[in-house]
Amino acid sequence: MKTLLVGEYRDAKLLGCNYDLIAFAEKIGGESAMFLVGSESELPPFDGPLYLADASEYGEYNPAVHRDLLVQVVEKEQPDVVVFSHSSYGWDLAPRLAYTMQAAQVSEVVDVVDSMPVVPVCNSKLRRNVKVHTAKAIYTLQAGAFTSSREPSGSPTVEKITTDSSATVIFEGYEEAEKGGVDLTKSEIIVSAGRGIGKPENVEMIAALAQVLKGEYGASRPVVDAEWVEHNRQVGTTGQVVSPKLYIACGISGAIQHLAGMKKAEFIIAINTDKDAPIAEVADILVVADLKQFVPALTEKLQAL
Amino acid sequence: MKILVCIKQVPDMESKFKVNGEGNWYDSSDLAWRMNEYDEYGVEQAVQLKEQIGDADLTVLCIGPDRVKETMKKALAMGCDRGAHIADDASYGRDPMEIAGIIVEFAKDKGFDLIFTGMQSQDRASGQVGVLVAEMLALPCVTTIIDFAFVDGEIQVKRELEGGIKAKVKTTIPALITCQLGLNTPRYPTLPNIMKAKKKELLSIPAADLLSVDTRQETAAMYFPEKKGGGRVLEGENTDLADQLIQILKEKTSVLA
Repeated sequence: MKTLLVGEYRDAKLLGCNYDLIAFAEKIGGESAMFLVGSESELPPFDGPLYLADASEYGEYNPAVHRDLLVQVVEKEQPDVVVFSHSSYGWDLAPRLAYTMQAAQVSEVVDVVDSMPVVPVCNSKLRRNVKVHTAKAIYTLQAGAFTSSREPSGSPTVEKITTDSSATVIFEGYEEAEKGGVDLTKSEIIVSAGRGIGKPENVEMIAALAQVLKGEYGASRPVVDAEWVEHNRQVGTTGQVVSPKLYIACGISGAIQHLAGMKKAEFIIAINTDKDAPIAEVADILVVADLKQFVPALTEKLQAL
Repeated sequence: MKILVCIKQVPDMESKFKVNGEGNWYDSSDLAWRMNEYDEYGVEQAVQLKEQIGDADLTVLCIGPDRVKETMKKALAMGCDRGAHIADDASYGRDPMEIAGIIVEFAKDKGFDLIFTGMQSQDRASGQVGVLVAEMLALPCVTTIIDFAFVDGEIQVKRELEGGIKAKVKTTIPALITCQLGLNTPRYPTLPNIMKAKKKELLSIPAADLLSVDTRQETAAMYFPEKKGGGRVLEGENTDLADQLIQILKEKTSVLA
């Protein structure tokens, strides 16, 4: 099978997800080529043809232009599968290519079984195998689903590409995450609050448990979106990626974006009323309990030690 | 301004799911249904925009069996003006290109200035339909937005990227926007607005009248992921559980040392 990997480059840097693409191509086998809107001064560690467009000319966020550049490469290389990361770049660009190619796109692929891509459904509670009816297909890969044990090495054969198509949206710059406040990445013990805490007043009991353990408290995305906890305490893909000695997830069901931010913790305890919640998959200990009663009981016992 | 908001009805994600008899989707019986969370932000943003500019007409569109009308009524109670129900008992099996094709057939000659969709659905989570609709209608499209402003006829948004970084993007109308969680605070419909919503137009159109695209993929099998063993499960009374957990923390970690 021939694959075309769509690399990512942002704010003058290659992104780590390119390694996942290379790992996927290795797993699938066969020929592969890469497409990148990036810079010649920083090339991905990829052995094969690299079709490179200059980011300083074609923009970092420019879907219509990137699509048209990519279409050229697809026409030339005729890959069986075009592979993106399931990221803010991939899920924006992939459907545009799918429409142009009139090909099936399969989103957030976690595995390939019997030549069929496998994707999660309903917050990873279910999975499905997808049968594609078009000759060519487009996959976006779930972050971390395909990894290689070894650091990729190699240097691509660069072929430069250009286009004269024009932008339909205007990129006006990046806004960095707010700095300051607590730095969860330096914390060895983190107690996190999820939607299961029910109301903002209950953040206090999570903070109290964190305090008695001499750690910090964090939160999952819904709790931060509801403004019950400030953004610098958010754990997950769009917040902090942490690897503490102990992580206690209170009322967190375990969306993939959250798991990606905490699954490297040394020891994970989940407190949840739902035994089937995806968080159970990564937890060393699952306490099946209502956190509103259990957390204060645990805090009290720890205080008494 | 004419605005279209596309919503989907999905099961509550805390539901106990079962696989259906054909083994190709989840069983739709005994589930609690609600509006796809991402779409709630789209409805709210459209209503806020109408409040800002005054002269706007909001159509909410939903594809699915009869039960989706309940979810559409919520959107009408939140402030949408009219509903277009695309009646389709087979919608769960349709791929993103088919769904986008149906929306485009409905929207193409109606002159919408702005279309809102969620960035993905909570059940299928393909994240494709909004972008495909935009491509089919040749509209500019910005995905995954967490901030929206309409200033002097121009749309100014922030896209959410990885690691807490945002990209500031602007575009002109007509355009399509896909909404990420946290874009705004969706309102709860008030009782008077729920009553008013009952009188609003809610037309049903058979999906067969709008089907324009062939299927390109299907679900060969749906199943529960294999449990990777996971960890130890503790159940029981709270104070016993706390004692057990403290014992485990002492044995397995150094945090209480």
